[in-house]
Amino acid sequence: MQDFASSLDRSIGLIISGDAELWAIVLLSLRVSLSAVVIAAVIGMPLGAALAVARFPGRQVLIVLLNALMGLPPVVVGLLLYLMLSNAGPLGMLQLLYTPTAMILAQVVLVMPIIAALSRQVVETLDREYSEQLRSFGLSRLGSVPTLLWDGRFSLLTAFLAGFGRAIAEVGAVMIVGGNINHVTRVMTTTIALETSKGNLALALALGTILIVLAIAVNAATSLMGGTARRLAHA
Amino acid sequence: MLKGILIALSLVLGTTSSAPAQTDSFIVVQSTTSTQNSGLFEYMLPKFTDQTGIEVRVVAVGTGQAIKNAMNGDGDVLFVHAKPAEKKFVAEGYGVARFDVMYNDFVIVGPPSDPAGIKGMTDATDALRKIAEARAPFASRGDDSGTNKAEMRLWKDAGIDPTTFSGEWYRETGSGMGATLNTGTAMGAYIMTDRATWIAFNNKGDYEIMVEGDPQLFNQYGVILVNPERFANVNAKAGQTFIDWLLGEEGQEIIASYKLDGQQLFFPNAK
Repeated sequence: MQDFASSLDRSIGLIISGDAELWAIVLLSLRVSLSAVVIAAVIGMPLGAALAVARFPGRQVLIVLLNALMGLPPVVVGLLLYLMLSNAGPLGMLQLLYTPTAMILAQVVLVMPIIAALSRQVVETLDREYSEQLRSFGLSRLGSVPTLLWDGRFSLLTAFLAGFGRAIAEVGAVMIVGGNINHVTRVMTTTIALETSKGNLALALALGTILIVLAIAVNAATSLMGGTARRLAHA
Repeated sequence: MLKGILIALSLVLGTTSSAPAQTDSFIVVQSTTSTQNSGLFEYMLPKFTDQTGIEVRVVAVGTGQAIKNAMNGDGDVLFVHAKPAEKKFVAEGYGVARFDVMYNDFVIVGPPSDPAGIKGMTDATDALRKIAEARAPFASRGDDSGTNKAEMRLWKDAGIDPTTFSGEWYRETGSGMGATLNTGTAMGAYIMTDRATWIAFNNKGDYEIMVEGDPQLFNQYGVILVNPERFANVNAKAGQTFIDWLLGEEGQEIIASYKLDGQQLFFPNAK
């Protein structure tokens, strides 16, 4: 079990040394996953909110479906997207396969249901509380979506972070549509998979430690941002 | 939070527009895990890029998957090790022509306890027969890779269909060479691997080479330009430059000069 001890040494060493190659991989990971989560939030939050307030037949079925999609297997998403983006596929002419853009797309598909489903939950609770008041202002059900989203913004941060957690930890989808190409589409998770397959377990574990530290940093930054905003809002 | 989103958005938009391409000209090479995991590409490709300005983007998967990806036009060059499948690829019009590049060999590795008693054997089919008789654990790639295809040919020669024992002593990992080595060594199984991946592998434990030196264990690598007449997106000019370089004096010398632990991993044999 010397791997544990030496991996901790190595992760600290790697962080301190400021290895350029490692930083490029870390930055690409952040770039891909943050882009995916922001895009997924822009689509998913209004979608979830609309589903929370709208009343139409089949709504319950849609909610069940959306909740189920939170468990989409990354490999399947990767495969479906590969078939779409392949040169033999319908979107081949876009030449997106093996690019970071393809990886962002894959993660948007993975993350969007999570953000939408959690937003639906948050907004539905708020709507139950305030719907009469909102109606009295003359807002229609759908018309109240922006107000409800704004009201629930602090709770929605959690939806955002849940999405980010899924994106940054995911390996199956980005491996297939990104191809794990050195200096182009290699991110933290695919590097960890590669180093594991080379038998470099200590290095793989060290990279894993860095990935966890990264996730903590993003969560801390978001919660700090949320905290400051909350104080300002109530000041 | 809105401010946060705006900051994030500007970060996103600011960076996604800058495409990853360092050079205007690049090719995608569909290749195998052994060429990547052994470190050959990392050693060889920067030299090629320095000389030609062509960036080489390697997608390293099993030979079976690499061929399928290339059959979808997702790559400019195919660089794998399964001669019959490669010839079929060219014959069906997916590739222009196939050339020998280099070779090494497969070996069967195992635990020092050697439950099937095959250490030192030089006949691979006999060794597999003894493993089957002893019902000793054997970890197979099971992923239609070049190594897997070669292994299945040997089983066939031995007159044994190991897949009928799948899940018993015959264990298909369905993963790359490195992952199979990790799994196989952890369960005390025999494993057939290419020598380059084995030498470069860093989690050998107390495993040793049991069987080597059988001509049947010969492992030939070939290179093919994906047919630009079939797929208009193929970067035929840069792809051909890469193939010419590989087969030429310089590429061949570089392949021969790649050593790990003082051992040569690949032997150039372009004609």
